[in-house]
Amino acid sequence: MRYILLIYQNTEAWQAMSQEDKEVLMHTAGDLVSELTASGELVGGEGLADASQARSTHVRDGVVTVTDGPFLEAKEALAGYCIVDVATPHRAEEIATRWPDAQYWGMEIRALMHGGGEEG
Amino acid sequence: MDESILRELAPQVLSVVARRYGRFDLAEDATQDALVAAAQQWPAEGVPENPRGWLIAVATRRLIDALRAEASRTRREEVASAQEPPPGAEVPDEDDTLTLLFLCCHPALSPPSQLALTLRAVGGLTTAQIATAFLVPEATMAQRISRAKAAIADAGARFEPPGDDQRSGRLRVVLHVLYLIFNEGYTATSGEQLQRRELAREAIRLTRMTHRLLPDDGEVAGLLALMLLTHARTRARESADGTLIPLAEQDRSDWDRALVQEGVALIQETLSHARLGPYQLQAAIAAVHAEAPTAADTDWRQVLKLYDLLQALAPSPVVALNRAVAVAMVDGPRAGLESLDALGDDHRVAQHHRLAAVRAHLREMAGDTQAALAGYEDAARGTTSLAERRYLQAQAERLRGDVENRPAAPTTG
Repeated sequence: MRYILLIYQNTEAWQAMSQEDKEVLMHTAGDLVSELTASGELVGGEGLADASQARSTHVRDGVVTVTDGPFLEAKEALAGYCIVDVATPHRAEEIATRWPDAQYWGMEIRALMHGGGEEG
Repeated sequence: MDESILRELAPQVLSVVARRYGRFDLAEDATQDALVAAAQQWPAEGVPENPRGWLIAVATRRLIDALRAEASRTRREEVASAQEPPPGAEVPDEDDTLTLLFLCCHPALSPPSQLALTLRAVGGLTTAQIATAFLVPEATMAQRISRAKAAIADAGARFEPPGDDQRSGRLRVVLHVLYLIFNEGYTATSGEQLQRRELAREAIRLTRMTHRLLPDDGEVAGLLALMLLTHARTRARESADGTLIPLAEQDRSDWDRALVQEGVALIQETLSHARLGPYQLQAAIAAVHAEAPTAADTDWRQVLKLYDLLQALAPSPVVALNRAVAVAMVDGPRAGLESLDALGDDHRVAQHHRLAAVRAHLREMAGDTQAALAGYEDAARGTTSLAERRYLQAQAERLRGDVENRPAAPTTG
């Protein structure tokens, strides 16, 4: 079963972090990615550019609006994602709790929809 | 060039090389290399007179190279004594393919690893083909296979069949792996990759092979019959626009008659002599459905009897759900719903939406339109299958239309 793990980073807290702490966090994440690659569970993942660089858009009655910043006005914004293919929902949880960002802000675990049908 | 000859020879070549050099992990890589070389060279140069001998020779050369590369004193001694035998000198024992199957389905491996290794080592598929079928990058699949082989080595497993005391348990695992492969392929919709849908055919091929090697085993035959009867329905379960069609609504003239006949004959023959088991029971149920010319002709009493047996032999939430539908067809929807109450409000994540969907269906049968509507919506939210979600949302929409077009009715209990 496939899940996307979304990193919801507290932008202020991230900015306030020391460079050293940032590097430890990224290094830990890198180790986890290597582990998941070796285990054959990693399907993909990316880091996102800083949320301040995001743009959001919507169209209503033909009127296009583009604003600077993330879609949701919140303390947390998406900083990255990882897609895993794991045997159980529990395993997805386990991976998410081990992501270093879980210690500072939070992770969201979402199952992915798939093209197949159930038995019929 | 017809790939099927490579697929067929793959487990034979691997068995010979693994038995000769005792290094299953390296033998498997070497066999894979030989298959790749053949796929590249034979289309241009023609299939050799002794294709198996050719593959064994190439795999052996690769294996010796790999042993040399491991560069330890012990290895050099092994290498010194390793010689290439004349091509075709060894006729692989058919039982070796069975041994290979047991090894790939070793309990120390996770199910994804068992599937991947079985498909490559026994099925002869390439890593790329398996990766495409399972929707992961090739590198991810290659890692799963490496890991599988490492786990086998760590478990101290050797290239020999399991002991008599372990055999039936290990065979159950093999059958489960084959069933999982089939299921991946069968539930794939026509919008998905061909390699994914082809998994069903591959599972049938491997199960046929197992049945040939173990002709007296009732569960092997039962699994094969179940696959044939299920696969027969492939064309009928999806409409032209990709909507899922449940069994009760399928156009049975779209069922593959040859597969139905073969499956029915096989399960009837098996039931006449073998010790009963869960796959045989599932196949028997599928046969009852397959023999009904229309859904209305289905012998639901017989289906229910078989589900009672299955529930006793191998209980599971899925069996309970399917049985509840049979109960409803025999004793009415209220009885079916009561049998679901025994399951409780079991929110086991994998099954919750199925329970909600079956409840909704039975509530609709019972005339509880509002409750059914809520149930279908709940189930639609809970599934990760796009096709299933579409189907459930369509049922909810259908009932919404009914509710809106009807004056308010008193709620039934």
